[in-house]
Amino acid sequence: MAEITFREALKRALREELARDPEVVVWGEDIVAYGGGGAYAVTAGLAKEFPGRIRDTPIAEEAIVGVAIGAAMAGIRPVVELMTINFALVAWDQIVNHAAKQHHMFNGAINVPMVMRSPAGFGRTAATHSQNFDAWLASIPGLKVVEPATPYDAKGLLKSAIRDNDPVFFIEHLQLYGTRGEVPDTEYLIPLGVSDRKREGKDLTVVTWGRMLIETMKAAKTLAAEGIELDVIDLRTLRPLDLSLAIESVKKTNRAIVVEEGWRSIGLGAEIVASLQEEAFHYLDAPIARVAGLEVPMPYAKNLERATLPFAEDVVAAVHAMMANQY
Amino acid sequence: MNREELVSLYRQMVLIRVFEDKSAEMYAKAKIAGFLHLYNGQEAVAVGALSALRQDDDLVTHYRDHGYALARGLASTAVMAELYGRVGGTTGGRGGSMHIADISKHYWGGYAIVGGHLPLATGLAYANTHHKCDRIVLCVMGEGSTNIGTFHAALNWAQLWKLPVIFLVENNQYAMGTALSVHSAVTEIYKKALAHDMHAVRADGKDVLAMHDAVALLADRARRGEGPALLEAVTYRFRGHSMADSDVQRPKEEISEQKMRDPITMFLNDVLFKQNLITQVEVDQIQKDVEAEVEASVAFADASPEPALDTLYNDIYADPVDNIQINGSLIKPATVLPRNGKHG
Ligand SMILES: Cc1ncc(C[n+]2csc(CCOP(=O)(O)OP(=O)(O)O)c2C)c(N)n1
Repeated sequence: MAEITFREALKRALREELARDPEVVVWGEDIVAYGGGGAYAVTAGLAKEFPGRIRDTPIAEEAIVGVAIGAAMAGIRPVVELMTINFALVAWDQIVNHAAKQHHMFNGAINVPMVMRSPAGFGRTAATHSQNFDAWLASIPGLKVVEPATPYDAKGLLKSAIRDNDPVFFIEHLQLYGTRGEVPDTEYLIPLGVSDRKREGKDLTVVTWGRMLIETMKAAKTLAAEGIELDVIDLRTLRPLDLSLAIESVKKTNRAIVVEEGWRSIGLGAEIVASLQEEAFHYLDAPIARVAGLEVPMPYAKNLERATLPFAEDVVAAVHAMMANQY
Repeated sequence: MNREELVSLYRQMVLIRVFEDKSAEMYAKAKIAGFLHLYNGQEAVAVGALSALRQDDDLVTHYRDHGYALARGLASTAVMAELYGRVGGTTGGRGGSMHIADISKHYWGGYAIVGGHLPLATGLAYANTHHKCDRIVLCVMGEGSTNIGTFHAALNWAQLWKLPVIFLVENNQYAMGTALSVHSAVTEIYKKALAHDMHAVRADGKDVLAMHDAVALLADRARRGEGPALLEAVTYRFRGHSMADSDVQRPKEEISEQKMRDPITMFLNDVLFKQNLITQVEVDQIQKDVEAEVEASVAFADASPEPALDTLYNDIYADPVDNIQINGSLIKPATVLPRNGKHG
């Protein structure tokens, strides 16, 4: 087992699936020539290994997704890279009205086995380039939505996504590409739609995903030193949403906080809180709380950007408040 | 153009070049972050184009916008402060490099979603006809933006309604790292307008006077009510796509060959010196003045404060509403949670 980056884990998943299945193709803007392969270098080098199957496309997200849907309908397994999730908006009609609709609307006769990979999140890039539409995407029946937090999960989930017979939107948080973690050299898959306990604890449940898992684990370390043990549930897949572990955990700890990076109102946290209280209301010692991003278009200025985003210290503060019965 | 005007074109191009080099330096020093797209090599396009327009003509550009801001007469201090994300910036630090704007100067902003601003420019042109004013709109983009749906949707609409807008495509021959022939079936970009029955021309984007003349003609047409046009400016960028670009994909020989045709030295040697419109002493003075101006812009940006935290929720709506999440108070999420958790 070796420690590799999140970025490398994704590349290995692509490489293994390209080698395994000749129907897999990888398309996107600047994934071949630019910087040796991709705006975030996930596809670096792959074009040489798989001639003709990794291709640069025009800047036309509606066509990138739409052409991939058409190809997928005929049995190709396209993995398209949308350079960032902000540009997925240009393809929204193709994602929502076409990819997500085909199978059901045509009475099960059409499959759309494709993956849309897309980096999301912030990095001093201002309002139109700092978003993550995970909650929005996860609200669409017919779509599957994955957002891994560790290199191990990223690799196993991407491989499953490529083999899946439905359209999968695979979100890669920008701040995770350089993070490292253990990944086995032997092949493995992680099924879509299965959450994972990332830390065992008795005092309080945190339900989270993506970058906020990393912040939550940092917070858990700080809190453990004070004698507060977090039970941390990583959702990994946002649609279908597996809350079984989270519910079981809340029944044990009697307290829960949902930690999300996105805008708070009408967010995924709201859905999770609603479901948890439906399933475990009588086990709760406090109202379930949320830590979330502030609801503003992201400003460029460093101090303002920082202020809108939740970090480990916000998780710690929320846990303190809950343990002190301040909710 | 008289001597003063010609010398002014030269000074503007030098200012942009020096400003961009300084921005790169400040990016390396981490004073500037995020995406920074520099304009080196393309200076003649913005300077020539804007010199042919009125100050009150509307301007909408892509994110490679510092050159347009400076050529439109925005203060270099305010532009640099924006790159820093400071209060003294053109949008008070909210937008950064990709969204320079000054509505008082009819610069409606730089936009960073490829193709996103083309319909906006078309709408601005409509407003000019609706208000029966004779302002025209200049809408700037890169050649990579001519493949996206909004390009064709906007061109068709502008032509259909005969709107006063010039679509200026800066063909610098690469969209990020993807060469023109790899991303577009049509490599003579101006021809794309022909599908919409739109008047289209091509100009040497390295020749500031050619740019001036081309835009002057098209602006005249548009102002007379003869409709929109597409202008392809053939150019090249001397630096990578942005500061994040290692620029390994463009052949080294191609870059050095392109640098032989530098729009600034070409204009200086082939026009200003040749016609005895400028002396070496004046050239040196301009260089010194411009360097001093750019140094002053850095000093201004360094001294300009960060935006106050309590401005975070300002201007989300033109008609203010109580913020759903925190009732307008500004504190980090965890701090407001206890209060917020109960307000329902
Ligand atoms: C819809 C959309 N897709 C992708 C991007 C990422 N992106 C930013 S600039 C760029 C290349 C644009 O090239 P071009 O239009 O030729 O302009 P240039 O940068 O060369 O001036 C790309 C792909 C984006 N900003 N918006």
